[in-house]
Amino acid sequence: MTNVYVSYNNIVSALGFTSKTVVEQIHNETSGLKRIHDTAILPDPFYSALIDSEVLETEFQKLHPKSDFTRLEKMMLTSLHSVITDSKIELNERVGLIISTTKGNIDALDTNNPFPKERAYLHELGNTIRNFFDFKNDAIIVSNACVSGILAVAIAKRYILQNVYDHVFVVSGDVVSQFILSGFNSFQALSNEPCKPYDKDRVGINIGEVSATVLVTKDKENLAHEAVEVLGEGSCNDANHISGPSRTGEGLHRSIESALKQAKLDSSDIDFISAHGTATQFNDEMEAIAFNRSNLHRVPVNSLKGYFGHTLGASGLLETIIGMHSLKNNTLYASKGFNLLGVSQPLNIIKNTQPNKMLHTFIKTASGFGGCNTAVIFKKTN
Amino acid sequence: MASNYHIKSYCHIKNQTVSLNGQIVFEDDSKLFPDFIKNAYRALDTKYAKFFKMDNLSKLAFIAADVLLKNENLNPEKEENIAIVFSNKAASLDTDRLHQEAIQNKNNYFPSPAVFVYTLPNICIGEISIKYKLFSENSFFIFDSLNAEHLASYSNSLLDMKKADQVLCGWIDLDENQYEAFLYLVSKNGKIAHSKEQIITLYNT
Repeated sequence: MTNVYVSYNNIVSALGFTSKTVVEQIHNETSGLKRIHDTAILPDPFYSALIDSEVLETEFQKLHPKSDFTRLEKMMLTSLHSVITDSKIELNERVGLIISTTKGNIDALDTNNPFPKERAYLHELGNTIRNFFDFKNDAIIVSNACVSGILAVAIAKRYILQNVYDHVFVVSGDVVSQFILSGFNSFQALSNEPCKPYDKDRVGINIGEVSATVLVTKDKENLAHEAVEVLGEGSCNDANHISGPSRTGEGLHRSIESALKQAKLDSSDIDFISAHGTATQFNDEMEAIAFNRSNLHRVPVNSLKGYFGHTLGASGLLETIIGMHSLKNNTLYASKGFNLLGVSQPLNIIKNTQPNKMLHTFIKTASGFGGCNTAVIFKKTN
Repeated sequence: MASNYHIKSYCHIKNQTVSLNGQIVFEDDSKLFPDFIKNAYRALDTKYAKFFKMDNLSKLAFIAADVLLKNENLNPEKEENIAIVFSNKAASLDTDRLHQEAIQNKNNYFPSPAVFVYTLPNICIGEISIKYKLFSENSFFIFDSLNAEHLASYSNSLLDMKKADQVLCGWIDLDENQYEAFLYLVSKNGKIAHSKEQIITLYNT
């Protein structure tokens, strides 16, 4: 039986351009969320964690680009470049490329955008990333709403187990755009203050932007210190509503059970949960119900949306990387924005960042529009 | 690439025609997709009022899946573990353009949640899952054309790992007035081998 690992990783974000820098900021409970008032994007002020454009440009120019790239492409190329370099893997025909995004270069549809509208096709984004590094295989693009980032890890593992690839680079990203903000605003889902996942005073989400990249590999040699083994995964639909989370947490509960069964673990073997926690009323309540049904309500849990906002197609991968560093650093990171429990079922929310010597295994969960849910269980390798 | 699995049945929607296992089940001469798919809905006795709230991509996916799954005579009392693995080229761009039009002009700004929710390609998987009570694995991939090899690998993976008993798989693409659906059901039983070559042959039928 082949084991599959998540190894080298990078985060390009408002909190820094390496995973290590970003994790240090989280350790100090520093949030990237800031108040923004830009009527070109949204009529009202909003909170978001935006990547500094000047820093991005400086970092991206180090890659010596020879043509024009969109903001999202710059983020993704910068992040992926870092992981390819760290891993020292030769990009031959046994190396795959998966791209996780919900909306890609959707801002190219805006008549004021300098790039042609064709740039909004996701396979164009795939070709751009592939050609920049000369990958030998076509990019596989996963666009499955807000579970895309974590689902992409499960998909990479599955391709490796089918012997299609030995190594897969998974790069994820979405940008904060008028397209996205106006849509979530029309749902009245945006919070006009920093979001408060699971808190009784939560009023909604913040949208943020990151690009996060990992190497998924079957090679046990040459792993990063923080590498984890993928023990099990599941992705189940609610079969209930296309935009409203299930009242019974059905799909998430089933995803968790599917992952536990494959991992041959019991809920008591899980040391912490890296949850979705968007800070909408319905999402957080649904998760509380699902975690209770899966007997995970005593397990320490955090949502990282209070640091980055909801980063859409990148969020699951971003939060997996932080979880890997949480295991390596033997530290539980605070669920920023939480004060008093505001869901109907008990949860063990991590209120303060704290050392914990007993961390070996965590579960990452996500849920999204279309009724999709994904859960993946990871175990420390060192 | 051979596997132990088979293609049990398949369905096409293209060129104003709906066919199941190569046999035409509906055709008409409507030039516009919304008219064509509405006529198909009625002629095929679909009876599902939520259909009229769906966007064009979901309507296309829904009718294709419904034609195929209805033919399976599924037992409504029994929960089926049928995974859904779809792919296309245009993602949800058809509806994305509608949302963009609604926000492009500040003097005529009217974003709508009923449109915005369909600006994700996997929503059509959600619609099918709701109708058929499928609490199953689902994924939406984007390729510039049908990638039979990847779809076959991923379906085999779900079946090998017993994450699903069957996989509803294929291509659902809609871009302005161009539309094409090709779905097939991968199962342990069936007469057609589940291979890259057979998928391409059926696709081109």
